[in-house]
Amino acid sequence: MSSEKSAGPIRLIITLGLAGLFSGLVLVSVFLATQPLIKRNQEEALEAAIYRVLPGAETRKIFVEEDGKLVETESADGAEAVYAGYDGSGKLVGYGIPSSGTGFQDTISLIYGYDPYEKKVIGMQVLESRETPGLGDKIIKDQDFLDDFSALEVEPEVEAVASGTKSEANEVDSISGATISSKAVVNIINDGNDKWRQLIDERTESEGQAE
Amino acid sequence: MSNQQNLYEETIKGFWRENPVFVQMLGLCPALAVTNSAINGLAMGLASTFVLVGSSFLVSTFRNLIPKQVRITTFIIIIATFVTVADLSLQAFTPSLHKELGAFIALIVANCLILGRQEAFASKNRLPFAVGDAAGMAGGFTVALIMVGGIREILGSGSFFGVSLFGENFEPWVIMILPPGGFLTLGVLLIIFAAVKKRRDSRKLVQLES
Repeated sequence: MSSEKSAGPIRLIITLGLAGLFSGLVLVSVFLATQPLIKRNQEEALEAAIYRVLPGAETRKIFVEEDGKLVETESADGAEAVYAGYDGSGKLVGYGIPSSGTGFQDTISLIYGYDPYEKKVIGMQVLESRETPGLGDKIIKDQDFLDDFSALEVEPEVEAVASGTKSEANEVDSISGATISSKAVVNIINDGNDKWRQLIDERTESEGQAE
Repeated sequence: MSNQQNLYEETIKGFWRENPVFVQMLGLCPALAVTNSAINGLAMGLASTFVLVGSSFLVSTFRNLIPKQVRITTFIIIIATFVTVADLSLQAFTPSLHKELGAFIALIVANCLILGRQEAFASKNRLPFAVGDAAGMAGGFTVALIMVGGIREILGSGSFFGVSLFGENFEPWVIMILPPGGFLTLGVLLIIFAAVKKRRDSRKLVQLES
């Protein structure tokens, strides 16, 4: 602390100005240094998730929507995209569809695998969520819950039912104590289906005819 | 404070005699909020350590140049800078931990322990003592967070640092990893701390008298 009783206004301004300047310099350099890494982490997480929700997939292609059709692209570049996964022999396993929506506390974003031949969801993984630790966050790791998404029919639409009462192929057992989060996941998948399924199914059909 | 400052004393006091969480009751927000597992407690403790030691270092170095009227503002600028650096680095190098701690990293800025040490200590003491004090306080804070987090994780998830302890049959007390568990654990730890301290003090008094 300065020993003199009071410093003039100029000194106060200079002090704060300098502090702000140095702070800004540090922040900009750290931001520039970490940004590529942060972006790569997010891409890696998405990449890993694609292969996890499409069991057996070994390669993937990116598709974006253009004039009501799915068009292949090199990189999604921030645009909304779906990811087609192919197994070792080049056969289509399914599409990884990222989707997000409101959870119990904050936005949940997830990616799920959709098999257009069987018209089934074949895998689901949460990418980002802030659900209640210990309850809502079970949507990330609870194996019983995740297993319900390994062969889930999407017609007429996916439904979350009370824990332990799953009887139809389009139903998901809610996690007890996390009903809202479970329902949110199901709604997010239905939203994703509303948006992408028709495009994907059309593409799959036209591909089937071409072969 | 005595004329002859002792670096060891200034460092060690944060762990027990002036433990920020258990004695000064500062920084309780992160101590309650992120401690649903031991690893989260450890990560939060280390992030706070980085911010506290870095800030104390700068504040003590420039303590004679910072005018009194704007000292708090300057402290906050320094602290906020370190917090953002910690936030971005965690996001870049340990994305999974960053995901767990989420908004609470940014909230280190508002941890009164950190601003408190700048105002009460770093701005009045020479560099080695300021850094020692910061390291000790941060160490005590980290230990406290690991204790709260460890107890909550053991009871609430049946594991410690992610290692399962009790096998399949253990029915976890879910409440311990929910917010009320934080209050319960912290409360019990505060009682234990206070009781042990009281006993120690009275024993010291007896020794002095005899």
